[in-house]
Order: sequence, then structure tokens, then C-alpha cells
Amino acid sequence: MTPEGNTVVHFRSVTYAPPGVSAPIIDALDLEVRRGETLVLLGESGCGKTTTLRLVNRLLEPTAGEVLVEGKDTRAWDAIELRRRTGYVIQDAGLFPHFNVGRNVGLVPVLEGWDESRVNARVEELLRLVGLDPEKFGARLPAELSGGQRQRVGVARALAADPPLLLMDEPFGALDPLTRAALQREFAALQKRLNKTVIFVTHDVREALLLGTRVALMSAGRIVLLDTPDAFLRSDEPHARAYRETLQLPGEVSAAVPGDGRAEGEP
Amino acid sequence: MNAFEFMLRNWREVLALTGEHLLLVAVSTLIAVAVGLPLGLLLTRRAALKRPVLAVANILQTVPSLALFGFIIPLKYVGGIGWRAAVVALVLYALLPVIRNTVTGVEGVERSVREAALAMGMTDRQILRQVELPLAAPVILAGVRVATVISVGVATIAAAIGAGGLGTLIFRGLRQYDNRLILAGAIPAALLALAADAGIGLLESRVKARRRTAGAKRGAIARRFALAALVIVTLAGVGFALWNRSEKADVQVGSKDFTESIILAEIYAQGLEARGLVVERRYELGGNLAHDALAAGEVDVYPEYTGTSLMSILKHPPMTDARAVYELVKSDYASRFDVEVGPPLGFEDTFAVLVRSADARRLNLKTVSDIVPHAPRLRAGFGQDFMSRADGYEGFARAYDLQFNGRPREMDLSLSYRALAEGQVDVIAGNSTDGMIATLGLTQLEDDRHYFPPYEAVLLLRRDALERLPAAREVLQRLAGSISTEEMRRLNYEVDGNKRPAADVVREWRQSKGL
Repeated sequence: MTPEGNTVVHFRSVTYAPPGVSAPIIDALDLEVRRGETLVLLGESGCGKTTTLRLVNRLLEPTAGEVLVEGKDTRAWDAIELRRRTGYVIQDAGLFPHFNVGRNVGLVPVLEGWDESRVNARVEELLRLVGLDPEKFGARLPAELSGGQRQRVGVARALAADPPLLLMDEPFGALDPLTRAALQREFAALQKRLNKTVIFVTHDVREALLLGTRVALMSAGRIVLLDTPDAFLRSDEPHARAYRETLQLPGEVSAAVPGDGRAEGEP
Repeated sequence: MNAFEFMLRNWREVLALTGEHLLLVAVSTLIAVAVGLPLGLLLTRRAALKRPVLAVANILQTVPSLALFGFIIPLKYVGGIGWRAAVVALVLYALLPVIRNTVTGVEGVERSVREAALAMGMTDRQILRQVELPLAAPVILAGVRVATVISVGVATIAAAIGAGGLGTLIFRGLRQYDNRLILAGAIPAALLALAADAGIGLLESRVKARRRTAGAKRGAIARRFALAALVIVTLAGVGFALWNRSEKADVQVGSKDFTESIILAEIYAQGLEARGLVVERRYELGGNLAHDALAAGEVDVYPEYTGTSLMSILKHPPMTDARAVYELVKSDYASRFDVEVGPPLGFEDTFAVLVRSADARRLNLKTVSDIVPHAPRLRAGFGQDFMSRADGYEGFARAYDLQFNGRPREMDLSLSYRALAEGQVDVIAGNSTDGMIATLGLTQLEDDRHYFPPYEAVLLLRRDALERLPAAREVLQRLAGSISTEEMRRLNYEVDGNKRPAADVVREWRQSKGL
């Protein structure tokens, strides 16, 4: 194994400061994402967490420093190849409105030139994996699905070509609280089975603590805290404290620990 | 006989012109899409080009159609007269809606969808073909729809540059004051526009529907049906137009865009046909197009007047001696255009200064000089042609020192006859062979100062055609001096006054002459 063997994504003093912007969006960021972990990037809007994600699959390129994926600079990767082995899920799913569910899920396998029967089998497998009946949903168009169903399809599409790395940008952000909780639970269970490396962006501290192996708290383009959820809850870092305080509901005596409070908000 | 009976009786011509119209529209729209769609897509990839290209397309759209035709005619390779130039103009008009809607459609694709496509590892080409184009299709189709409807309308103007189509009937109707003819051209054109609008609209709604429901099977069938119907109708029209012009013509006979020119061309054309030649008629060429077409070899022969040739085409100063004018024109055409001037046909069609006969009697008017003292109280109305040409109004007013009551009203020539008869103007300049002179009770005043050059009617023929076809020369010789001024007036009146087809009138005249 190379020294990088256990590190899937490695940010080395990465700065992203496009021309015409006064302060850099990402400021000398260092970060190692380990194989098989779910790293959550937590922070408020504009802190640079989505930009960090987009630097991984080369939707953006750093203006200074380097981003290594599997030990190789993203600029040295063929962008198409890099993206096809990196799953990507975004907030409103970004499904193609003119493709039915089956075609949406089978998109990357088709681009990769799989034969039809293999694609079909894979689509069925994935739809079942995300809890959708292929018979019932395979031929539907995205417009005929609920928000939660669309997001499930989005996850299935990201997993279609079995990418080792999964990037998720507030995937459950636009859902109602009940659906969100259900999908979070299912995703946690799924992740246990699949053991992918996941970088997960959210501004929801409960979601971060529930899903993250580690939580990276971001502010103004920097990581101010990077630790396990347990350590996050004990930290004295001011941002972490501010987040922790939001977890206190009226009438609650102590800070809720989402690990125990899973059933919260569920039917 | 109303417009519909007229259309039924002339179904073959109406159908042929509709086919020509359809061919113009179909070809130009296809080219516009073939050029505009890739150009629009390029603009979505090269942001810097977007504004200048759209600005140029916008400007093209605002150029009046006749003016655009005028710009295109002198251009090499794409210009000239007839079909090709018309297609070029139509394409230029159709470009803007195609380009603009392509840009709008592609840019209207949701950000998240484009981002997802990119993040899935699709190449730019794949995003374009699998995502952007299908999603932009309804908007692009709406642009094609607008382009097609515009083309149907503008194509009627194409008749002015000899491209045929339904405009031929409309222009002829305007000239002859015949609403049936105008309607026979306008109704099929309107129906074509409606059909194109509805057909492409149906296609558009199918494309949209496909995205809303998965039960797209029914939609797909209807869409395919609509598309098939559209293709069949277009092919049928195009086929008919091609079949109609598929006969290989031996000789192309042209005419200018007024009745007398058409009659003279038809007299010659029927003479050639009587000798077994196949004639293609390219009548009703506006302005100096007939000359341009002759010089370019697109027509072999057309009727002209020596005075017009002398001043408008060969740009000589005015001359008064008919013999001298004829000889000068003949030698000039031979040396400059390799064109032969046929022998005079027997009559002159000069500008006729006309007043109402009642006024002529009351004021004792016989010559143009007689009206000079009365002129400050007289209102004049002249055709656009007379107002602008070298041997027209300016020189005329100077030669006689005429001061009318205000500047002459510039109006359509045929309208000026009506205006005179109805007392809205008092003096007009008509054509001396016009059948209307007698019917409307008008008096022609003598050009006593010989301002107008002689306008002897002649046929102009390309020398190569005369050498190729011996019969062409025989017919030319037979027609020398065969038409008197009175006869020409009567023939003109048969067509303009009695609204009869020129071909029938000419056929009877040839029989009466034993030709």
C-alpha cells in the first residue's frame, strides 16, 4: 500500500479564489478523507462546503494547492473518468425530466457502455436497494414522483456504476421533516452495508451527528473543527457550541444526542 | 364569378403556385434550421458571440422584405433573380426565430439538471444531445413554427423577383384591380400559414406532453402521425411544383410586371409554341429585373420599349428621333449584352399626359403646352415609376415650365386612373396604349415640345438563343409591324377591363391575324 492507501481524498492547502471575489471561498484548506468513512461538512450557507465538494470531482479546480483523489491530482485525472467513478447527489435530485426513472438510474452504466440486460438488472437492483418497486416506478417520469421518491432515485443513480466515492450535497435538504428522517435512517443503514467513502454536505447539525463518522465544521472557507460526533458534542469551539445550543428544544433539560433520539419526528 | 369559382376554374395554376410556395417555404425553413440550430448552439457555448450574432439577426428581421430582395439581387452566387435569391431572403428572415429560440431553449434547461449531467461524467456532446436538445426541443420547435409562418407570408413578396409562388396571383390582382385574383393568392397563402402553424404546433405539444406523462405511447403515435402528415403534404407540394416545371424548356420567355408586357411576351411565346418549341414563361419581373435576367441568361427574350432602354438601361440622354434611338439602342445591346433588338412591333407606348375629356373641352386643351397657364389650379397624380425615372416628372416639368397646385401626388399607376376619373386629381401620366383611356372618357394631350423619347415596342432576344433556335427568328420576323396602337389598346382592355386571361386574349388575336 502507498502512504496514501487509506486516504481517498486529500486536500493540501487548497485555496479557491476565483477572480473578482474579494475573500477566497476556500482558504488554505487541509483535509484527509479516509476510506469507508462518512465525512460530513457542516456549516452555514456560504461557508464553502459545496465548493469543497465540487473541487473533488473537478467541477471546480483549485486556484492554489492541490486536491488528490486516490493519490492523483484532480487536474491529472481525466475529468470524465473521475466523475463517472464518483457518485453525486444534489438537493433537488437533478433528475433528467425527460428520462423515466429507469433511464435516470441507468445513465452512467449506459455512458460506460454496459450492455442492455446488465443495465436493466442493475437498475432493478438499485431501485430495490433504495426502496422503490421497479415494476411500479421504473417507467415513471420524475414529475410523477414525490420529493422523497425523487431523492431515492437520485441516490440510486449516484450508486449505479458502483463508484467507490460518493459526494452528497444536502441531499435531503428540500424534504419535509418526516420524509427526511426516514431517508436519513435508511441511508445510515445502507451505508453500513455498502461501506462507500462518502463526503456529505449539510447545514443540519442533527443530520451531521447522525450520519457522520467524522464532522468537519466549516466557517469562512476553513475547517474550524474536525472530529467524531461525540467529540463534537463535547467541544468548546465557539461554532460547535453555537450549533449544540440549537439542539436544545424548549423543555429539554440537556442537549439531545441524536444517536439516542433517532425516533424523533418519525411516525 | 367569385373568388372560389375562380380558384376552381383555375385549380391547376393555383395548385402549381401553391406548390411553388410550399417549396420556397420548405427549402428556406430547412436551410434556416440547418444553419440556425448549430449557430444557436454555438452561441450557448461562446457567450461572447451571443450579443453580436443576435443583433445582426435582429437587424435582418427588421429590413422590409422588398428592400432585402433589392439588396440580394446584385450579389454574386447567392443573388440574382428568381428562386435562389428568394430562398436566400427567406432564410435570412427565418434565422432569427430559430437562433433565438435555440439559445433561449438551451439556456432554459434547469441548472440542477445541467449540473447533474456534468457531475455524472457526461461529455459536452452527450449533455447537448441527450439533455439540452431534448429539453429545449419545444422552445426550438416554437421558433421553427414562427419561422415557417413568417416564410409563408414573406414568400408572397418573392413573386416580385420572379420566384413564383402565390404572390404571383396577388401582384397580378393588384395590378388588374381584380379582387378574385388577390383572394386566389391570399386565401391559399393564409391556409398554408394556418396549416404550418397548426402542424408544427401539434408536434410541439406532443414533445411537451411526452415529458409530463409516462403514458407517452398514445402521444408518440399521434406525434408520428402529425409528422408523417406534415412530411407528406410538403413532399406532395414540392413534388407537384417540380413535376409542373419538369418539362425541359427550349426557351425562357420573360416579361415585365404589367399587362402589356405580359401580352407581348405571350404573343411571342404562343408563336414559338405553334412551331413546336417548349416555352417556359417567367413573367411579371418587377423593376429592371427583366433586363437583369436577360443579361444573366435566365430569360432568352422579353418585350421592351426603345425609349426605356435608351435612358433607364443604357443611360443615354433623351433623344427624339425614333429611327436614331432604335439604331443606337440596337448597336449598344449588341456590343454590351450580346442581345439583339427585334424589329419594331408596330406601336409606341409613350407616356400619355391625360385629363378628363370634360376639362379638355371646357378649357380647350389639346397639347401639354395648353395646360401650362391652368397648371397652378390643377392637381397632378403620377405613378412611382414616372416620378423617379430619368425621362419622368422632373425633366417633364422643366421642359414645359409646369407649376402644379402642390407637389404631384405619388401613387400607384393604376390607382391614378381612378383618381383622375373620380376627380381627386386633374392630370395624370398614363400609358398611351392603355385600354382605360377610352373607357374612362379621358383625353390625351399632345407632347408638343417632344419631351418624351420614342417608346417603340420591341422584343429583346439573346443572340445565343436566336442561333440555337431558327424558329425564334422566323416568329420575330412575322411579328414585325403587326400590332397597331388601337389593337394594343383593345388587347390591354380585354385583359384589364374585361378581366380575361392574357393567354386567351392572345390566342384569339393570333387567330384573327391568321398567325
